[in-house]
Amino acid sequence: MSFLSLRGVVKRFGPTTVLNGVDLDVEEHEVVCLIGASGSGKSTLLRCINLLEPVQEGEIIVAGRHCTGPKVEVDQLRRDVGMVFQSFNLFPHMSVLRNITLAPIQVLGLSKGDADTRARDLLSRVGLSEKANEYPDRLSGGQQQRVAIARALAMQPKVMLLDEITSALDPELVAEVLELVRELARDGMTMLLATHEMSFAKEVASKVCFLDAGQILEEGPPAQIFTEPREERTQAFLKRVIAAGRL
Amino acid sequence: MSDFFHQFFNWNDLRDSFPLIWEGFRINIQIFVIAEILVLIWGLVLALLRGLPGRAAAPFRWLAIAYIDLFRGIPAIVLIFIVGFGTPKTDIPLVSSFSILQLGILALTMIYGAYVAEVYRAGIESVHWSQDAASRSLGLTNWKTMRFVILPQAIRRVIPPLLNDFIGLQKDSALVGVLGLREGFRAAQIYSGQHFNATPYVGLALCFIVITIPLTRVTDVLLKRDQNRMRGVTR
Repeated sequence: MSFLSLRGVVKRFGPTTVLNGVDLDVEEHEVVCLIGASGSGKSTLLRCINLLEPVQEGEIIVAGRHCTGPKVEVDQLRRDVGMVFQSFNLFPHMSVLRNITLAPIQVLGLSKGDADTRARDLLSRVGLSEKANEYPDRLSGGQQQRVAIARALAMQPKVMLLDEITSALDPELVAEVLELVRELARDGMTMLLATHEMSFAKEVASKVCFLDAGQILEEGPPAQIFTEPREERTQAFLKRVIAAGRL
Repeated sequence: MSDFFHQFFNWNDLRDSFPLIWEGFRINIQIFVIAEILVLIWGLVLALLRGLPGRAAAPFRWLAIAYIDLFRGIPAIVLIFIVGFGTPKTDIPLVSSFSILQLGILALTMIYGAYVAEVYRAGIESVHWSQDAASRSLGLTNWKTMRFVILPQAIRRVIPPLLNDFIGLQKDSALVGVLGLREGFRAAQIYSGQHFNATPYVGLALCFIVITIPLTRVTDVLLKRDQNRMRGVTR
């Protein structure tokens, strides 16, 4: 069984069906990129895996743990799944250090000292050691997103979900965040990311999935998807991306 | 014109009445300081009950809503009469043995708790849902998310309207005088009735203003300092 596995996942918002039977497998240490037009369901899919959105049908299994059904230990599951958001979502009233230590202390029960040590290690890993006592609003977007990644990593998750984490960044700040994700990939972190950065997807992904109208229309290794997509819609989508100078 | 000054700004009457008024006003301070603390707690409890998620919590939500609707709608002076004159003649445990002062504080807390619950609620709802998502995604429970992420941001935002209600509460502490408690207003009435002069009321008015205006300014300064700490401004 795959590390992360989705079977026939259906998500509806009222009359609108956003996910219409998604099947997806992510193996351990694999980096899977979700591509597709806005509104194709990429973000919703990630939010469903983290149970931020309940699904109406189908099955989600993370590390052998069933995430769907009546008796799910939501909080337990979320410890294993780290999530980074498009708009960072740091806690503005807490220093960078407290942003990172909050969950390890409150959820894992770490002592303040241990949590601080862990947070400082992570901050140096993301190159922001000197910002520990700053507040998020004083950081650039790229720095905030690196803190958000450190915050998710502090829970030592088994898989990371990255939801268009560079989309809200100024172009010159994108590289620093992508470099960090690249490092995570090299270290063997299992990741599922929704992205518009096609060249990045091409570079880091072990598998690329093209999402269209709430379904995974086509999946395969990046070389195949980006050079010889089989489906007409994938071709049309990539043509638009190329026209926009994004590939 | 001199009649006007004699009636409202008579130095001799101010000087002679002030010790009495000040003695009474200290009771007002006692009333509103205790009531403010209780209101902060009671209002928060109501707001949290009202915001409880899930179907199982529905009765609590409805109770909180009913309470808030009811007690915001009753004129303060009516409730002070009901609680102040009514309850001592009942056998409600604890409350029926309360002093007039305690009953006055209770009535004000009941009313202002309802107002403040709505202020808290507005603050809680103003915190963007993405904050909740971020906190929940880290594995924090609903309650811990509220406690560490939502409430600290919500309360910062509602301090100005909270202060508004506090000033209202401070002024309404004078209503407790109707129960026969010799607080500032009652004391001013007594002196004024004996000397046919309105200056004691002006003296009492000054007492209230001397409390509320600095309170507002100090809060403004503290808020500004807090904001500057979090935002990219150093001043």
